[in-house]
Amino acid sequence: MTPSEIIEVLREHDAEAVVSAVADGPYPHVVLKAEEIVTAAGFLKSEPRLRFDLLRCISAIDWPAKNSIELAYDLISTSLAHAFAIKVVLDRANPQVESVGGIWPAAQWHEREAFDLMGVTFLYHPDLRRILMPEDWTGHPLRKDYQDVVEYKGLKFNP
Amino acid sequence: MMYIPQRPPVEYKGLSLKIVRLATRWGPTGISLALRFAWGIFFAAVVALVLFVWLVGRFINPLLPWFIRDFVVVVGLLGFVCIVAIIGIWGERKVSGRIQSRLGPMRTGHWHGWAQSLADGLKFVQKEDLIPRDADQPLFRLAPYVALVPAFCAYLALPFGVGWVFRDADVSLLFVLAMLAIEVLGVIMAGWASNSKWSLYGAMREGCQLVSYEIPMGLSLLAAVVATGSVNLITLGEAQSGGWFAWLIFQNPFLFLAFFTYYVASLASCKRSPFDLPEGESELVAGFHTEYSGFRFVMFFFAEYVAMFAVSALATIIFLGGWHSPIGGPSSPLWFVLKSTFLVWVQMWIRWTLPRIRIDQVMHACVKYLLPFTLLLFLGSSLWQLYDNPAHPAFKGFANLLRGVLGVLGLVLLGLYFFGAGYGYYNRNRLVGQMARRHLPGA
Amino acid sequence: MKEIELQSQPDLLHDGEVPSDVRTEELVLNMGPQHPSTHGVLRVILQTDGELVLKATPYIGYLHRSAEKIAEKVTYRQFTPYTDRLDYLAAMNNNLGFALAVEKLGGIEVPPRADYLRVIFAELNRIASHLMATGSYGLDMGAFTPLIYCFREREWIMDLFEAACGARLTYSYITIGGVREDLPEGWIQKCREFLDYFEPKIAEYNNLLSYNHIFINRTGNVGICPAELAVAYGLTGPCLRGSGLAWDLRKATPYCRYNEFEFDISVGRGQNGTLGDCWDRYFVRILEMVQSVRIVRQALDKLTDGPVQAKVPRIVKLPAGEVYYEVENPRGQLGFHLVSDGGTSPYRLKIRGPSFCNLSVLPVLAPNCLLADISALLGSIDIVMGEVDR
Repeated sequence: MTPSEIIEVLREHDAEAVVSAVADGPYPHVVLKAEEIVTAAGFLKSEPRLRFDLLRCISAIDWPAKNSIELAYDLISTSLAHAFAIKVVLDRANPQVESVGGIWPAAQWHEREAFDLMGVTFLYHPDLRRILMPEDWTGHPLRKDYQDVVEYKGLKFNP
Repeated sequence: MMYIPQRPPVEYKGLSLKIVRLATRWGPTGISLALRFAWGIFFAAVVALVLFVWLVGRFINPLLPWFIRDFVVVVGLLGFVCIVAIIGIWGERKVSGRIQSRLGPMRTGHWHGWAQSLADGLKFVQKEDLIPRDADQPLFRLAPYVALVPAFCAYLALPFGVGWVFRDADVSLLFVLAMLAIEVLGVIMAGWASNSKWSLYGAMREGCQLVSYEIPMGLSLLAAVVATGSVNLITLGEAQSGGWFAWLIFQNPFLFLAFFTYYVASLASCKRSPFDLPEGESELVAGFHTEYSGFRFVMFFFAEYVAMFAVSALATIIFLGGWHSPIGGPSSPLWFVLKSTFLVWVQMWIRWTLPRIRIDQVMHACVKYLLPFTLLLFLGSSLWQLYDNPAHPAFKGFANLLRGVLGVLGLVLLGLYFFGAGYGYYNRNRLVGQMARRHLPGA
Repeated sequence: MKEIELQSQPDLLHDGEVPSDVRTEELVLNMGPQHPSTHGVLRVILQTDGELVLKATPYIGYLHRSAEKIAEKVTYRQFTPYTDRLDYLAAMNNNLGFALAVEKLGGIEVPPRADYLRVIFAELNRIASHLMATGSYGLDMGAFTPLIYCFREREWIMDLFEAACGARLTYSYITIGGVREDLPEGWIQKCREFLDYFEPKIAEYNNLLSYNHIFINRTGNVGICPAELAVAYGLTGPCLRGSGLAWDLRKATPYCRYNEFEFDISVGRGQNGTLGDCWDRYFVRILEMVQSVRIVRQALDKLTDGPVQAKVPRIVKLPAGEVYYEVENPRGQLGFHLVSDGGTSPYRLKIRGPSFCNLSVLPVLAPNCLLADISALLGSIDIVMGEVDR
């Protein structure tokens, strides 16, 4: 299915959840409301015309200029061979969204990484802790306003 | 990220300070080596001197020649054992290299790196003596000796020929087997004393494996003992004089199979691949001897090669005619050494070909397959002895026919071995990576 | 030996069952960052009951080099060497993925000769990577010889790469707009010689390792991953194809003229054990090597003349926008989510490492394995910590 058809199916299912959609260009995607992500995810996985069963990537993008953090979920269907992406826009001061680990277990580690490096909290995640940085690290490194840590456990870094 | 502990700087005082200054002033290797072993050399010298003086004084008249003979033979055996280990290690590296289409050591000693083991020995001797702080100190220090000394003791009853033995004991077979089995204690001690869960795993697997495989080993040998009626290794060897068809392996189809089961069980008892899970490199780094470095590790390493040669020697004496020549000439210890070396080479060949078997599969193979099979072989060999005498002429004819078949089978196996070797040598350019060398640009 | 405090993990052993008269204690084992069979700096905490593994928890991040943060500070061309070091065993494929992502966002079109060269190098690197995976898997299983044989062949491939671009492991050869430079004289001849030499070697590896009964006993019926579980956990590459699902990005969403080549998707069939066990995942790699040889032969035949680079300015500026591009790496699907704000460096570059997702299935497959099976499992998933941690 082409991206515009996929957007049509999504709009058919739940038009209020779709905030905006981009069908052309290098990255066709829809922007959904943060509260609707789990129901939309369930629909995307189970709907026979879509069947997005492989969650490829969850990318967190920091937009301090827009005061938001975007989460992009990249999906692909191994049975129907079409790809799509859904996005969620979160408030930068308190980025929270429900975890989609129940629908795609692949999300668990991606969400841990987004939490670790960007500070997004995923509700109802079974094991939300840092994955790449040490457990007691402070700060979220991939944020644009991240200050480099100068001392860690007695080791000093020379900036 | 973890906290990395820093070792506090050592401060020497008094006599130690003087020695350290002396060592660092007069040059590193010679003086510090002598000083490191100074206490050991001193005590050993004192003990040897006291012993010698006391023994000579007490037994000077009647037993001095025997004492001198025993002393010379033990020193000779020690030397032989060390040479076996050194050549074994060098041979292993060359053999593994050739099997893996590379050369092995080539530089130390100029001719195919024959001095590599000596160089490695010197390297190990001058290494820092590291013992983990939380390790069980007495057991940690004791374990290598418990592993190596019994393996050497097995040679005390192992005959190289008629009269070429330290002590001709009537139970020499049992003595050798018992000595080889004591090594398990050393291994378990090493694993436990290292205070590391991984070493413990290696030791526990080792314990299971060795002890279990002693049984099929012993049973296979018992099948041969039943055929000759004695556990004296010299008697077992002498029963096979004449030529290759007199070897015990060809007397009896059960003995033919017993040789192979003994060989497989001996691979397991030497912790050789495919049974090298206790020292499984990829899982346990080095298993029970992970925490050992320097000379202590060398003792374990030596123990392995010494035990390898000892079990091959047992197989040679019992199944392959010992010191008798296959073509019916004079027997000599050289034939014995040659045949044992061949079996050791086959052990190495198997090691570099086969992957490792998992411990539960190892135990499964022993208890469910090898043990019942060797029991059957023992039973069969005993029954064979019952019927293989002039009171049953029909059976005698049948037995001779079977012996002929076994003999032909043996010749066929030997022929296959040489055919394989010849085929590989003849096609060595095509088969191995010679082409890989010639592909370089400009070649 | 201090006990490791595990957070928020369910306690499997004492799950309400009263043990009978034999009391065994649970042992917590640390398969630490340095370990011969973890294929890099991976830490796995194992809760074992004797030899039986009850739970395995991987801890990663020991090789985290903040590649994504660095991407926000360097230009696009300057980032290509960083992509080499992600999955350092398949550097050409990483370069390819990044270059394709940038080219898609920038609308850059690559000349055909560059496309075929990219395919040749990517597939040769696939062979090299699978040789490494196969050899080290044999080593994990205790077979020392196949490792050296695989490395012998890999040396030839590395010599070919060195002749073409000067490097043996981290090439930076496939750049934005094409490849860095054209092939030296006689390279194609040497490449064909290598392919003729290499094809019968695969049968040798099969004889020595794949069909060896001991190896089959070690890896068959171990770590069985059904296809639905694999897809749910985001597995891609040989891990997914070993479970029976014929999903290959080179066929599903072809890039770089892969639709012009004839090759099969190698899929596990469960012939030595169950479908989706370690043996299947391992054998898929062997089959993929055969297919890669086919592809390289076809690409060498199709190689046209012409330039090897499109006209791309020295400092690449991409229009504002974003793209997510995935390529089929030897270990799975490597994805680059590239967000550009119109400047000379990416605004955000998220790298989806295939080994990162493949490793997430370890805690699911590990329970009820024996300790020796953990190495079998890790070796069959075939991770490279460079792209797990980035």
